[in-house]
Amino acid sequence: MNSPKSGNPLAGKLDAGPAPLLSVSGVSKAFGGLQALSDISLQVHAGEIFGLIGPNGAGKTTLFNAFTGLYSIDRGEIRLNGTRLHGRKPHQVLQAGLARTFQNIRLFAEMTALENVLVGRHIRTRSGVVGAVLRLPATRREEADSHERAHALLCRVGIAQHAGRLARNLPYGDQRRLEIARALATEPSLLALDEPAAGMNPAERAALRELLLQLQGDGLTLLLIEHDVKLVMGLCTRLAVLDYGVKIAEGTPDAVGCDSRVIAAYLGDEAL
Amino acid sequence: MSSVPKLNKTQPRWFVFGLLALGLALLPFLVDAGLGRSWVRLLDLALLYVILALGLNIVVGYAGLLDLGYVAFYALGAYVYAWLASPHFGLHLPFWAILPLGAALAALFGVLLGAPTLRLRGDYLAIVTLGFGEIIRIFMNNLNAPVNITNGPQGINLIDPVRLGGVSLSQPQTFFGYTFSGAHLTYYLFLLLVLAVIFISMRLENSRIGRAWVAIREDEIAAAATGINTRNLKLLAFAMGAVFGGLAGSLFASFQGFISPESFNLMESIMILCMIVLGGMGHIPGVIFGALLLTLLPEALRYTGDWQRSLFGQVVIDPADLRMLLFGVALVAVMLYRPAGLIPSARRRREFAEAKG
Repeated sequence: MNSPKSGNPLAGKLDAGPAPLLSVSGVSKAFGGLQALSDISLQVHAGEIFGLIGPNGAGKTTLFNAFTGLYSIDRGEIRLNGTRLHGRKPHQVLQAGLARTFQNIRLFAEMTALENVLVGRHIRTRSGVVGAVLRLPATRREEADSHERAHALLCRVGIAQHAGRLARNLPYGDQRRLEIARALATEPSLLALDEPAAGMNPAERAALRELLLQLQGDGLTLLLIEHDVKLVMGLCTRLAVLDYGVKIAEGTPDAVGCDSRVIAAYLGDEAL
Repeated sequence: MSSVPKLNKTQPRWFVFGLLALGLALLPFLVDAGLGRSWVRLLDLALLYVILALGLNIVVGYAGLLDLGYVAFYALGAYVYAWLASPHFGLHLPFWAILPLGAALAALFGVLLGAPTLRLRGDYLAIVTLGFGEIIRIFMNNLNAPVNITNGPQGINLIDPVRLGGVSLSQPQTFFGYTFSGAHLTYYLFLLLVLAVIFISMRLENSRIGRAWVAIREDEIAAAATGINTRNLKLLAFAMGAVFGGLAGSLFASFQGFISPESFNLMESIMILCMIVLGGMGHIPGVIFGALLLTLLPEALRYTGDWQRSLFGQVVIDPADLRMLLFGVALVAVMLYRPAGLIPSARRRREFAEAKG
């Protein structure tokens, strides 16, 4: 290929930076007469913490569900590293490298913390029925490796002491951490967190913020839905704001914070 | 095994295993001496139900798919054996050749049943599987015309008994100067297969596959969003359960020598489900106990006539009537006082304890 500066017609595009990790273009989704998402486009670049904010019912979680294959979309494209995500099953989305957590924690309540993370290893392991029954060398190696990684992840999110406890018995903040560990076990390139700080006290929030920054430091890209504006403004490199299924602003936290449409969406038109 | 055995720890364990093995080996003789030959046959039947219950346990206990048509796979296994080893088609294939065929056909039907039910859960799944069970039974009942495949309600008779290396399990055989009755030999064969099924269940439970099943049971959406291919794993659960069902069916056909659609009605499915729920869903020892209890208890209750005579000097209520009444009361009592089952898994015990407190 030519270098970007050779007068190639692609040069302008290439100068815009590397290809985005997640590229969403023209995504629309309606539930009956309700247009939950209209023509949403956004790009998340590798290494970013990208925030997705908006008032209740703006379509944030719907967009997440569309990313992760839980909802099908009516129009548009979602690509991760060039791989098509729309129209794929959830496990194929995981395979491609997009993992998520849920707004209302969805752990496997009656499994231990360690088992929860081991389930996350499912997509990156292969052994089948024969391997499991005969406990073939390959299966044993794989199991040992999964256990080792799962332990390491529990340490990573700081809940190694709970490894043997049932997920349902973990303190609330630790359940959120466990969900993150389970998502990390799938070795994602993009981790989507749906309101990870919801219901947390200030100390837990600070610890979560620390953890997310560490994950970013490890080279993970994060996509964050969050209500806590302080957390989002301090943490995110860029933000997109949704209102009634429409993207009304996108940019750095400072720029978005000054946007009149954003202020109107959050505080009402009278505030202007 | 990679771990070096610690003598002081493993020695008592092996001792317990040894005792258990000895007990299981001597059991038919003890039962024969104490209760009579018919109870040895009942013991054989109980082992058959252990296989069935462990098979359904994979579907219901692990993957959480409420299957009320499980008896269909039992029927398929039995009919495959009857077709391939009876004068009905004039085929007399050896036992070991038919066993995998019956299991494989059942597995295929497990997938065929599973495929349309993938989107269904709970009650809806139960209704569809119930329908499937009935369809198979009614097919077996009516496939005698225009081509006689199943011989209809008359069933298939004169099915070959198990014959292993020239040794028939239908007649007494003498080994090392001891004479073993057919029922005794059948007991050992069934015991061997039960042990194999227990082994497979245990290995699956503690594997990547078993964890994925439990994850689906706990929260199907979260399981999918954690990268589990829920479609394939649910089909796998149906197929694995069906394999054990088909295996038990083939054994049943060879054991009884006669099968008819009557043996595979809805009540049978419900009974197998009861064994699991009563014993302790998803917990292998509980399921085994439930299967043994629900096979042997109704038989033991036949003797209430004798008890009544010794108590009141006469039979007050016909034992046949009293039997099912007592059985029903026992079921209700267990579910009231031990809702997690008689021998629940640690997991379910906690679940119910917390729901209460």
